[in-house]
Amino acid sequence: MKLLNQTNASAGVSTAKTISKRAMALKILALIATVVTLALIGGMMIFILIKGVPFINQSLFEVQYNSENQSLFSSVVDTVLMTVIALSIAGILGIGAAIYLAEYTHSQSKLVVSIRYAFETLAGIPSIIYGLFGMLLFVVYFKMGYSLLAGSLTLAIMCLPLVMRTTEEALLAVPTSYREGSLALGAGRLRTIFQIVLPAANPGIVSGLLLGVGRIMGETAALIFTAGTVAALPASLFSSVRTLSVHMYVLASEGLYIDKAYATAVVLLALVAVINVASWLMSARLERKNYGSA
Amino acid sequence: MEAPRPESGDRIKFSEVNAYYGDFHALKEINLKIYHRQITALIGPSGCGKSTLLKSLNRMNDLIHGFRLTGRVTLDGEDIYRDFDVNSLRKRVGMVFQKPNPFPMSIRDNIVFGPKTHGVTNSKQLDEIVERALIQSALFDEVKDKLNKSAMALSGGQQQRLCIARALAIEPEVILMDEPTSALDPIATEKIEDTITELKDLYTIIIVTHNMQQARRISDRTAFFLLGELVEVRETHELFEDPQDKRTRAYIKGKFG
Repeated sequence: MKLLNQTNASAGVSTAKTISKRAMALKILALIATVVTLALIGGMMIFILIKGVPFINQSLFEVQYNSENQSLFSSVVDTVLMTVIALSIAGILGIGAAIYLAEYTHSQSKLVVSIRYAFETLAGIPSIIYGLFGMLLFVVYFKMGYSLLAGSLTLAIMCLPLVMRTTEEALLAVPTSYREGSLALGAGRLRTIFQIVLPAANPGIVSGLLLGVGRIMGETAALIFTAGTVAALPASLFSSVRTLSVHMYVLASEGLYIDKAYATAVVLLALVAVINVASWLMSARLERKNYGSA
Repeated sequence: MEAPRPESGDRIKFSEVNAYYGDFHALKEINLKIYHRQITALIGPSGCGKSTLLKSLNRMNDLIHGFRLTGRVTLDGEDIYRDFDVNSLRKRVGMVFQKPNPFPMSIRDNIVFGPKTHGVTNSKQLDEIVERALIQSALFDEVKDKLNKSAMALSGGQQQRLCIARALAIEPEVILMDEPTSALDPIATEKIEDTITELKDLYTIIIVTHNMQQARRISDRTAFFLLGELVEVRETHELFEDPQDKRTRAYIKGKFG
């Protein structure tokens, strides 16, 4: 008996030792992964900044684009317009659909689960497929031509699954007890959703929209098919436009103005950073209001 | 078996009520009267139907997929399942839940949500409602200087009293409490019990509790449920001192549940 105990004990010690060794190895691997990741991302940022910043000057922001001066001003405006229009459409439809699925259907029903899977798959489809579809439907069939509108609609469809899914997740994460509390006070379903559930889900919804912003701003393939590449301020919704990403693509593929492509990259990075910081500040403020600073 | 009190009429009546969740028979042939300005405690082991009975009074069961109820549940003679719009029913029958569930917003906003829902918009009137509800729920002194702070920063006991205040703010006639102290420590529990006792002069209170001592301390009448059946309902002290049914006796002596 005593012998048995001893062997057990020594076995225990050696297992503990292997575990701690493994844990150590895993920790080191994780550390290496972190360092490599940071180095890659940080290195890329620094590279872009070094290559791009020296070429940022006033002429880049001239209103007029011509072959002597490849101004990116119109592209900044086009990007903002494209983002606002596409995100408004995707936001209204995506949030609406998410509200219906999360609040009005049985969340485990086969239909809802399969819709969820379908949307998850759609969110991962290469954007050029959306571009092709957008071109056939909006540009050709609805005769919109290469235009701001056709591009926005295509991008709206492209980020709809993403917005829908993130919003639905955010809604499902709101505790049922909030809904019960509200309903028990005699508030109807609609009131409960708009005054209790949506505000509580806000941070999640905002981060979903931000991912949408990222996809829209970074998109090129789908836009070349649907919005064209005219670098000018749009006269109407039916004018062809060129967003910053497309502008970069055109500059880089022409090969004549690589330095300006880098400068454009810097501007694009700055734009995305500004939007992220702004929405982060906004949702932090909301969170403080809802949950208190304590 | 019933012990009617002539000075306080029966407001709520269950007549031959059966309730089902899908195939599960949760309440069996319940006949029960509940009196005004009294605290009625519903006791019994888990799954005995006491919460189902409670939630049939404000129709929170409607939210559960597959719930079905037959028979009549009436409030002042009106059928809860047929004569009422569910939102106006819930204005008359308030509820406090097992776990404190304040909304993630300020203390004031938590309380004014109900009155605003039912059409009160005057901010002076709302201020009065907030103050009155907080005084009634014995929370006023603790929070009067931080009405605009988030309710989530309050302690569990304070949150539960806020939920009571929130329920009182819509001026219900009946208040349902579903094990309101089960998530709280003894000191917070005592405060809530004091609050509940204070409130019985104004409201009809029905409380589900797992804690027999609590039923004994605060309630006027107690109903004992077992496996969906109402076994016995009597004045609380009678039920605990001289139970008529041997199942009641076994339960209050701690033999099961």
